[in-house]
Amino acid sequence: MTSDLSDLYQETIVDHSKRPRNKGALERPTHHAEGYNPLCGDRVTIEVKIEDGHITRLGFEGAGCAISTASASLLTEALRGKTPAEAEQTFNKFHDMLTQDGLPASDLGKLAVFSGVRQYPMRVKCATLAWHTLRAALRGEGKSVSTE
Amino acid sequence: MSAHAQLLRGTATGFDVDRIREDFPILRERVHGKPLVYLDNAATSQKPQAVIDSLVDYYSHYNANVHRAVHLLSARATEACDRTRERVRAFVNAASTDEIIFVRGTTEALNLVAQTHGRQNIRSGDEVLISGLEHHSNIVPWQMLCNEKQAHLRVVPIDDNGVIPLDRFEKALNERTRLVALAHVSNALGTVNPLAKMIELAHRAGVPVVVDGAQAVPHMPVDVQALDADFYAFSGHKLFGPTGIGVLYGKKKLLEAMPPFQGGGDMIRSVTFEKTEYNVLPYKFEAGTPDVAGIVGLGAAIDYINDIGLSAISEYEHELLAYATEAISQLEAVRIVGTAPDKASVISFMIDGVHPHDVGTILDQQGIAVRTGHHCAQPVMDRFRIAATTRASLAFYNTAAEIDALVAGIRKVQEFFA
Repeated sequence: MTSDLSDLYQETIVDHSKRPRNKGALERPTHHAEGYNPLCGDRVTIEVKIEDGHITRLGFEGAGCAISTASASLLTEALRGKTPAEAEQTFNKFHDMLTQDGLPASDLGKLAVFSGVRQYPMRVKCATLAWHTLRAALRGEGKSVSTE
Repeated sequence: MSAHAQLLRGTATGFDVDRIREDFPILRERVHGKPLVYLDNAATSQKPQAVIDSLVDYYSHYNANVHRAVHLLSARATEACDRTRERVRAFVNAASTDEIIFVRGTTEALNLVAQTHGRQNIRSGDEVLISGLEHHSNIVPWQMLCNEKQAHLRVVPIDDNGVIPLDRFEKALNERTRLVALAHVSNALGTVNPLAKMIELAHRAGVPVVVDGAQAVPHMPVDVQALDADFYAFSGHKLFGPTGIGVLYGKKKLLEAMPPFQGGGDMIRSVTFEKTEYNVLPYKFEAGTPDVAGIVGLGAAIDYINDIGLSAISEYEHELLAYATEAISQLEAVRIVGTAPDKASVISFMIDGVHPHDVGTILDQQGIAVRTGHHCAQPVMDRFRIAATTRASLAFYNTAAEIDALVAGIRKVQEFFA
């Protein structure tokens, strides 16, 4: 396998795509939204429970490619315990890492495994679908977002 | 020599694929450092040098507007367009060049029929009949028309092999049916419809048939008179010609009864502020300056295909498809979607546990271009309860060695996600 491919499909990504964490519906979520990528037909639902101003639980459902599944899975791990404002900040850093040149993936922790996706412009939307959906859920912007 | 080895060398059918490949400069490209294996021909085909040269020649030597001026360049450009129209007529065996309308592509051709013939003839409570394997471009224009007219869009479902059962098609035709729209060949599954029989059934019910021929004309000889098709649409870019040019064939009687599609120059005979008199066929449907370069390129593409011969192309592709189908069905945990007995040039497949987009990216790294996604045919995907497939689609310049590369690529995908 070429080194390029291992940059994209890092071990953590392949692991989370095969064994996604926090997959399934939450009991009584306070926020939720659905996301859709019309290019590939992938759909994801993100559910969030916010208690005392902090995200205490996250869950996702849907079927997608390895990148989008791993992205949703890692999102649910990364944002637990954060405030909605902190989650938005993480969204912005994650988005910048995937779309801008020469940015260090600093303080993104495990999410830095997605830095290789930037070299695959056709796949950026796979990695950001769950994040756009999460933002819509937190902002209460209705039920469905699209990557287009 | 074994049949496999013969096919690899392109000698099984006396078809010199190595020589043909030399005509396509892009096939010498390397992708991610690997030789390009182009298996996305149902999306768009590659262009032979003759087509590329024809565009350069037009812009270098006789670029001018058509039907406008008395000067020499305009005459040459006009003549080139007329020559292509005659080549297209002969290519699909239309009765007259009046029946060949130049459009942007299959999509525009289908919209033209919907917005003219459709709006003129469909009324509230009427039905437009389509099939479950249509491309979005042969669904949405009819849906828009039906919404406008409070008419009903009726769909004949496909079976598990991706075939339209003829008895269900016949049963769906009724006294409210005003129009049938069908693909000749399915872009997502490769199914070849028994079009002559279906048109006969529709005509017996008194219903005209619009055919989406985009995936048929590059692969098999098409005779619109033998089919008795009322309208037949196709795109130049899938036929080894340039993008932006396509053809609508229509029976003269129908075209004459239709109102114009767009208003503008070229489609008029005389204009005053009170009244416009429309031009004769085919110009009535060709408002504005046409895509002259595209028309020139389409003519060159048809000449190129005629030199090889569509019968020889069809025979070679048939063997290549059989070879590919056999090789892919022998792979473990790989399932072919679309198993009609009569297919052309398309293999859609699923690899267990791997999403088509991941398949597409990993194949791309090996220089192999395939399409992944819903192929603009979401209802087909819904029918098989999948979101997407990986699709390899063939042209006559593909080889058995390229199929072997695809098979090796699929194995790599499986290793990677094992």
